[in-house]
Amino acid sequence: MPLTTYRDALKDALAQEIEHDDNVFIMGEEVARYNGAYKVTEGLWNRFGDKRVVDAPISEAGFIGLAVGASMMGLRPVVELMFWSFAYVAFDQIINNAGCVRYMSGGLTHCPIVIRGPANGGTNVGATHSHTPENFLANVPGLKVVCPATAYDAKGLMKTAIRDNDPVMFMENTLLYGEQWEVPEEEYLIPLGSADVKREGRHVSLIAHGRAVLTCLKAAEILSAEHDIDAEVVDLRSIRPLDEETILRSVRKTHRAVLVEENKPFCGVDAQIASIIQEKAFDDLDAPVLRVSSLDSPAFYSPPIEKKQLPDAHAVIAKVLKIC
Amino acid sequence: MANGTVAETTAFAEVPVNQALTPEQKIEFLREMYRIRRFEQVSMKYYQQGKMGGFLHLYTGQEAVAVGTISLLAENDHVITAYRDHGHALAVGMSMEECMAELFGKATGCSKGKGGSMHFFAPDKNYWGGHGIVGGQTPLGLGIAYALKYKGIKGCCLCYLGDGAVNQGPFHEALNLASLWSLPVIYIIENNQYSMGTSLDRSSAFSKCLAARAEGYAMDWDLINGEDLYEIRAKTQIAVERAHTSCRPSILEIDTYRYTGHSVADANAKKYRPPEEIERYQTLHDPLRLWKQRLIHEGLLDEATADKLDHQAREEADSAAHFADESPYPSEKEIFSDIYWEVDNNTESGRRGRHFFND
Repeated sequence: MPLTTYRDALKDALAQEIEHDDNVFIMGEEVARYNGAYKVTEGLWNRFGDKRVVDAPISEAGFIGLAVGASMMGLRPVVELMFWSFAYVAFDQIINNAGCVRYMSGGLTHCPIVIRGPANGGTNVGATHSHTPENFLANVPGLKVVCPATAYDAKGLMKTAIRDNDPVMFMENTLLYGEQWEVPEEEYLIPLGSADVKREGRHVSLIAHGRAVLTCLKAAEILSAEHDIDAEVVDLRSIRPLDEETILRSVRKTHRAVLVEENKPFCGVDAQIASIIQEKAFDDLDAPVLRVSSLDSPAFYSPPIEKKQLPDAHAVIAKVLKIC
Repeated sequence: MANGTVAETTAFAEVPVNQALTPEQKIEFLREMYRIRRFEQVSMKYYQQGKMGGFLHLYTGQEAVAVGTISLLAENDHVITAYRDHGHALAVGMSMEECMAELFGKATGCSKGKGGSMHFFAPDKNYWGGHGIVGGQTPLGLGIAYALKYKGIKGCCLCYLGDGAVNQGPFHEALNLASLWSLPVIYIIENNQYSMGTSLDRSSAFSKCLAARAEGYAMDWDLINGEDLYEIRAKTQIAVERAHTSCRPSILEIDTYRYTGHSVADANAKKYRPPEEIERYQTLHDPLRLWKQRLIHEGLLDEATADKLDHQAREEADSAAHFADESPYPSEKEIFSDIYWEVDNNTESGRRGRHFFND
């Protein structure tokens, strides 16, 4: 199977969906002639032209709102945010309009929009460009939230997100865009709401989403090699809908869980996961559920210090050793 | 408010779009305005009796704006507005019953009791709400116009907003995009002179009028006297034509006045403006009274017929309130429907994973 970058996997998914459905178009800052600030849309404007790949001025509230309105009329906009951090000027459009319009109309409308872009720290761009809003967007009933960790997942989930009839917030990671994975060329779809066990194990469940999944896989290798601990790694892939069954199945098998995310701890995604585990698998647990999150401060600019803010394999291992 | 001279108003009556009106159509406009006014008056009565929750923003005084502008629309033209949305809803053809039932929070409401006063919807009538956040609907209206152009459909979107919404950032983003991308959207500023309790001169900086801000975006604009249906139709038609034939946006500012407070719960409704001002508008500038006089003057109507129309509107509103009062409340199981399309339609996607997070 060919190796493909996370970036190209996304691009292939976008291209396939543009070809698959006349109503799909891409809109965002620098997505067309500039080929995308992170080159996710590189070549798509050349291939598909002005109608399907649209450069927007710097007006996130304006063009996200436009896309919500257009989706109510049956189009399937895929809006790129150069950073998810920029969504914050468009929250009214995302939460009040995309998130609530179906409910407030008693089901008379729906909003098949995808909003995508990177949502991660770790690139020394300061606090305003390093936000990870998956937890608070998943707090909005009406929105769906997806955080792929690999190129394979990014492609399959993106295609599903575009075909989904609800608004999907698709969160990528600039640190992963250049990483390669095996990705089939033939079409495949990954359903939302299905987690993936990325590594089978017996002693502890490491439950994560996004780039933290890769951190967990690295930690699992070290735990196996140096501590004789066999860790299972569960990749949530989609935050809402959430594959609760896979989480509980893993915890019931290993009896221990460490939850890992690059989100902040307070009301982070893992706070919800911890709540579900203690409620539904309490008797299966042999130890408290522990969490590893980003350090609870705004993103530090200074490169060596910012690195310390994000969970690394050692932080995960330290937590695992407390309960194993 | 502009006071058109007799010569001016006659000129508006004689433009082709008004010349083409039949007597029946002209009388129908009066009927529609009576229906809106009586609907609002009856809804206020029941609001004060505690039959409704939340807010109730009444359209009384502004009726000619919705009736006049919407009267011009054809099959592929669309409407979206803000929270003072009852008048537009009735003007696009929604029934008083479904609207009143929505106010009462009943299952028979247009939005099944989930939206309330600020969120009336009827996509089958090209009516896209009813939006509660000031200015939040302005990019949505742009998107509706974008979709029309994308699909190659000759149509336009009338996107209404109040004078208080013109200072919201997304409105300006929408104006820039509308002109930059040549989209068939018509922004209609219903200038009732108060954004809640703040008068126009305390909220907005402008040179000629609010609509003239369009010049900064290389967009056409016009200023309209909202007490004259002929003028509303004459000038709005130019913008609709522009959207249909040149795919260009416009801003129309329609001077109007609301007789009640910002909402029925507006405790200061009579403090931030003198009572004489309200009285002056009701006496001299009331769009219903003026249109009625116009039709009498044209020999199309007499007082008795007008009273009958008014009486019928009142009866219809009373009957709608009775319907709403008698209707059942939504069942509790409705809480978890209409959130996700995929769940509602029981698709494979809707069945997979957990969508809701209570016990």
